[in-house]
Amino acid sequence: MIQKMYDWVDERLNVTPMWRDLADHEVPEHVNPAHHFSAFVYCFGGLTFFITVIQILSGMFLTMYYVPDIVNAYESVKYLQNEVAFGVIVRGMHHWGASLVIVMMFLHTLRVFFTGSYKKPRELNWVVGMLIFFVMLGLGFTGYLLPWDNTAYFATKVGLEIANSVPLIGPYIKTLLTGGDIVGAQTLSRFFAIHVFFLPGALLGLLAGHFIMIRAQGISGPL
Amino acid sequence: MAKHDKDATFVGDSRISAKRIPNIAPSYSDFPGKSEPFWPNFLLKEWMVAAVCLVGFLILTVSHPSPLTDKANPNDTSFVPLPDWYFLFLYQLLKYPWASGDWVVLGTIIIPAVAFGAMVLAPWLDKGKERRAKKRPVATGLMLVSLVGIFYLTWAADHEHSLHHSSNQAGGGAVASGDPNFKPDEIWTKQTSCMGCHGNNMEGMVGPNLQKIGSKYSAEEIEGIIKNGKPPGMPAGLIKDEAEIKKLAEYMAGLK
Repeated sequence: MIQKMYDWVDERLNVTPMWRDLADHEVPEHVNPAHHFSAFVYCFGGLTFFITVIQILSGMFLTMYYVPDIVNAYESVKYLQNEVAFGVIVRGMHHWGASLVIVMMFLHTLRVFFTGSYKKPRELNWVVGMLIFFVMLGLGFTGYLLPWDNTAYFATKVGLEIANSVPLIGPYIKTLLTGGDIVGAQTLSRFFAIHVFFLPGALLGLLAGHFIMIRAQGISGPL
Repeated sequence: MAKHDKDATFVGDSRISAKRIPNIAPSYSDFPGKSEPFWPNFLLKEWMVAAVCLVGFLILTVSHPSPLTDKANPNDTSFVPLPDWYFLFLYQLLKYPWASGDWVVLGTIIIPAVAFGAMVLAPWLDKGKERRAKKRPVATGLMLVSLVGIFYLTWAADHEHSLHHSSNQAGGGAVASGDPNFKPDEIWTKQTSCMGCHGNNMEGMVGPNLQKIGSKYSAEEIEGIIKNGKPPGMPAGLIKDEAEIKKLAEYMAGLK
């Protein structure tokens, strides 16, 4: 039955080459922790992606309750945390996942650096990876404000003042992010939009590029 | 680019070939070493690693609920701001005199830009063919030095914050020992700027308990503290009126 459905789709869309390309790319021995335990260092990239998926899923559930305005934001997070069934788990996963994703990405970057995997021909993939790193830091910075508690508010205020002290473009960056003179209603809306739409969009595009390049070039050889 | 196979199944611009490719995995016996296919062999192992990771993650989540402080209050001057931990090293950099004030450009832009710029451009700065870390000492050395710097700055920021926090805690700890029956004089209850930190009844909140401050400081000393502040927490010049300061200091010096 499933085979018949597959054949039906395959006859019309020729999906087999695509599927074989995905399924058959060979995983060499030196990155396989089942053969060499020390190869676990090659897992950090995959784990970063795994936690990123968790972040996207838990974030989607958070937006079912979260209200991005200064009157209700804090109350909605508090309600989610204290009243909603498993709300504390969903928010907890998003909160701790944000830190874990940074840790995993940091370890992945170090693995790539110390194995010299960024060298020719993989220069472009390294640059895309660094851009992913910056997008992740941006997601961390914008997400930190959203609960609208004192920690969030003052950390963001300090962050924006630091941005403001950058010569020439600093004041423009600050105005762009705050949307006015003070950290207030506009700032929260902007951070929400950046955190939920702009940066995840950029992240998905960069991740696609990252993975397509890995498929095209393969994993770097053994040292 | 469309392939123009003569034997296309469908009319028009179709790229679907009439020739079916069989959906069979190649034999991995031809590959070097113990290579294996990504699907399903390797992905299964990767999922096992992910499952172990997920268990640790969930234990962390369940045992440490994510924190939520009080609702944002822009007027709360006593709240000590701190960025999320992975920004601490950048934040700490700005606290050093050589990277703040007149030199703040060094801390906000030049050092981070050089560091992150070098990371982005690493493939072009380290062009040699050699991949092993030991065979390219400059790249490895710079990275190790940066790592030590990042870890040190993060630790220093956290350490300073906890020191600062514990000095607040000393004041906070006095809340418990504060006398609930203590009734401050009218001169105190007029000073809203004092009460914000030291409490309505001088019991201490962010600032220390002042109910027995006279046993520690004389009237002149209290006057000096009110006028000039006292690091780290007490700001200077909250009361402008000299006569008021004198009256308040004398009252407080009498509390023993």
